[in-house]
Amino acid sequence: MSDPGAKLARMANQIGSFFASEPDHALALEGIAGHLRRFWEPRMRRQLLLWLDETGGSELSPLVLEAIQTHRERLSTPTPRNPAPAAR
Amino acid sequence: MYSVNERDAGTPESTGTALVILDIDGVLVIVPEGTSVMRAASKAGVQVPKLCATDTLEAFGSCRLCLVEIEGRRGFPASCTTQVQQGMKIRTQTPKLAQLRRGVMELYISDHPLDCLTCPANGNCELQDMAGVVGLREVRYGFKGANHLEAEKDASNPYFTFDPSKCIVCSRCVRACEEVQGTFALTVEGRGFDSVISAGGKDFMESECVSCGACVQACPTATLMEKTIIDKGQPDHVVKTTCAYCGVGCSFRAEVKGNEVVRMVPEKTGRANEGHSCVKGRFAWGYATHKDRVTTPMIRKSVDDPWQVVGWAEALRYAASEIKQVQAKYGQGAVGGITSSRCTNEETWLVQKLIRAGFGNNNVDTCARVCHSPTGYGLKATLGESAGTQDFESVDYTDVIVVIGANPTHGHPVFASRLKRRLREGAQLIVIDPRSIDLVRQPHVAAAFHLQLRPGTNVAIANALAHVIVTEGLADDAFARARCDVAQYDKWRAFVAEDRNSPEATEAITGVPAASVRGAARLFAGARNGAIYYGLGVTEHSQGSTMVIAIANLAMCTGNLGRPGVGVNPLRGQNNVQGACDMGSFPHELPGYRHVSDAGVRATFEDLWGVVLDPEPGLRIPNMFDAALEGTFKAIYVQGEDIAQSDPDLRHVDAALRAMECVIVQDIFLNETSKFAHIFLPGATFLEKDGTFTNAERRIGRVRKVMPSLSGMADWEITCALAQELGYPMHYDHPSQIMDEIASLMPTFTGVSYARLDELGSIQWPCNAATPDGTPIMHVEEFVRGKGNFMVTEFVATEERVTPMFPLLLTTGRILAHYNVGAQTRRTENVRWHAEDVLELHPHDAEERGIRDGEWVSLRSRVGETRLRAQLTERVQPGVVYTTFHHPVTRANVVTTDYSDWATNCPEYKVTAVQVRRAAQQAQAEPGLSAGEAADAAAVHGK
Repeated sequence: MSDPGAKLARMANQIGSFFASEPDHALALEGIAGHLRRFWEPRMRRQLLLWLDETGGSELSPLVLEAIQTHRERLSTPTPRNPAPAAR
Repeated sequence: MYSVNERDAGTPESTGTALVILDIDGVLVIVPEGTSVMRAASKAGVQVPKLCATDTLEAFGSCRLCLVEIEGRRGFPASCTTQVQQGMKIRTQTPKLAQLRRGVMELYISDHPLDCLTCPANGNCELQDMAGVVGLREVRYGFKGANHLEAEKDASNPYFTFDPSKCIVCSRCVRACEEVQGTFALTVEGRGFDSVISAGGKDFMESECVSCGACVQACPTATLMEKTIIDKGQPDHVVKTTCAYCGVGCSFRAEVKGNEVVRMVPEKTGRANEGHSCVKGRFAWGYATHKDRVTTPMIRKSVDDPWQVVGWAEALRYAASEIKQVQAKYGQGAVGGITSSRCTNEETWLVQKLIRAGFGNNNVDTCARVCHSPTGYGLKATLGESAGTQDFESVDYTDVIVVIGANPTHGHPVFASRLKRRLREGAQLIVIDPRSIDLVRQPHVAAAFHLQLRPGTNVAIANALAHVIVTEGLADDAFARARCDVAQYDKWRAFVAEDRNSPEATEAITGVPAASVRGAARLFAGARNGAIYYGLGVTEHSQGSTMVIAIANLAMCTGNLGRPGVGVNPLRGQNNVQGACDMGSFPHELPGYRHVSDAGVRATFEDLWGVVLDPEPGLRIPNMFDAALEGTFKAIYVQGEDIAQSDPDLRHVDAALRAMECVIVQDIFLNETSKFAHIFLPGATFLEKDGTFTNAERRIGRVRKVMPSLSGMADWEITCALAQELGYPMHYDHPSQIMDEIASLMPTFTGVSYARLDELGSIQWPCNAATPDGTPIMHVEEFVRGKGNFMVTEFVATEERVTPMFPLLLTTGRILAHYNVGAQTRRTENVRWHAEDVLELHPHDAEERGIRDGEWVSLRSRVGETRLRAQLTERVQPGVVYTTFHHPVTRANVVTTDYSDWATNCPEYKVTAVQVRRAAQQAQAEPGLSAGEAADAAAVHGK
């Protein structure tokens, strides 16, 4: 099969192409990172970041690369779970 | 014939507002002006004898049986064509009327076979009833004169017969075909005694008839008669239920004899269909008892082993142990499941609950992933709710109808009939589609504009339409500024106003002449009420979500939201795809479209379900396949979805399924996916269980059990039993209890219960304290999200491009006779209309390749190849080819690619670069079944 990291990069670039038309640069970065955070399963985000670290991410569009670098911590930090219902 | 014991008021309900009081046989009646005397009499409890009148058709006044006497008027007017007037005094029963009616009946019966005792309509025949009502005792004319008793019967249609010897030429069939269905396939040929009903001089099968059944339903005799009634006789009881085919969600009366369905008749009070049906819902239900049904659970260690028939307990125990083993070995996230848009809301709810609470992750997805997931994303982002804005009735008030990437006469035929009726009343039509769909031109319907764009350029067209509206000052600025986020609106206006979005600039991209785009934009923007209807031709693109957003932008900027006649209307594909999405089938959303990361929302579920839920989004279907091939996703529970036929890039899907250690398929037939399964759990059809479906207009309708489950279990019971084995018991005695749980956890469903559904017939969500009877039209005062959100929709060309090696663009769709992957319809007589998938090819492209009509061709893309017959047609434009994916023998999705929508991963089925060449004939399996299906079926059934 094709390189999974490259496929995820292609998907991320597609997301980037939608937000590229946002004139407010910070909002565009937030839009890309927010979409990855809200819609991508953690292992996909991990795999993309791993691929980025291994390859340098040259296949990513500059905007997507900047979005990931700017919001990297948010993309890799797990959402905290609620306490058990009985403990609430 | 109408359904047994169904009341018929004779003429349609009047829409008049002023009230009229009149006296009928001494009873005072109050009715709206415009009401017929016949209908008013019906309201007074008086059934005036009739034959040519029925309340689904406009009054015709031909049979002369419904004559009445009106004080102060001469003669005997027909009650069906006479409208009520203030103070009228009417007599429906007098000696003179009785004499006249008997005379009329005598003439009818003198040319009618006297075979009542052996006639299939015996027991449900209006002619027979009227003979009794008028007291006919003799036929003075005898039966030896000229008559039609030897007229030849037409049995060419697989579902009904036409026996002209029994015809009274009341024209109800002709009028039903015109007024209800809008096909105009029938006519009355000849004059006077020679008048006969004709399907255009052909037999029914060869005619323009679309077998919707409206004529059969309207026939007051046995002239047009269902073959099942001829074979099995009249039913002994009726169960109201909801059709399990497309997203229109028609209400039906299942007529049953013992446990056997003998007829399905559309329910006149059904709000989605108002008594109409299509060939699938009306006739193609025989699959439910087809010999291929698998009714016992089966297991096997390896997909290369033969199936082993086992009991429920062993199958469920094995399934649970395999899931546990996979999770123990590969982790909690290594398993997941797919809910079915063909199953009920309650069943879908349970599958996502099992995955979230039992499996402990959010790896749940549904077939909406491959159809309308961009609708969910786009409408949520712009309007605030992942659903269509209107009810179907809304189209009755529309002045300009825009149909984008949808083929309603094939995909949503009952709604299409309603839409065509509105067009015949004078509404204008704009079609945006690469293909010349039937609506572009057919009897009494012609599109004002057909923007025949190149596949993959929807967003460019939408931007060009918006450019014209904004730059020519046609926008409803007051609406947009009052109801929407003004900063976003201004940002969007500036974007679409750029020259690069003008029709002249985009013509090179879309192939659509600028003048046509400008004309269409002016027509839509100038409409008092403009409505947009769209289908998978919008969503199944790499910019599917962008196009849904663009559609919402167009509706907002023209003020076409929040009232009858307008709106953004996704035409949903499968019967319960709206419901499956509502019920939390997406991996990033809990039921009610609430993100899994919302701790407060999770807490409400956790309190009731007694577990801590995963706060991270799960895998979507294509992500599951990728993870399977990477070795991190190893088990899947698939309820009612044939992913190995319906999903794109099938080689990839096959490899992913083969890489899994546990594939559980719950379905009514073995299918392409079950070839990769280790456990097969036999599911139930919609006739075998209770529940609800939610249609494209957010209408929740009851599904009622008509016959016992052939396997002994309904699908909701199977999921509960599997959960029990997994150590997460979910106990319900009846699906109504599941709905109660849904209502307790979904704010848009708090007012929904089986009792309320029985009371109201159906309910459109949101249904809660604010809207206790439901919500036909959304966003009336304000958008669900508050202010409408305009979003910039830059056109980005798909990466799937034509090349010298693949110079044509393939787009896919569906046909009237079949539904989705055809698992149901291929097991009915519907294969008579469409026995195989064919490739539509423009004659110019065919000539270049030396291909003649009907020849076998190879269809090849960069990912796969299939073979099918060519059909030369100018429906498609040069450079574009088209096929359906109803037949597994073709496996059309072998050629579709893994390109997908940027936001949702919805596959780009509608754009695949291909080459077409002449080819040798495809090896054929049993008609309608793939070689694999046939082999599997033979192995299981010992054939």
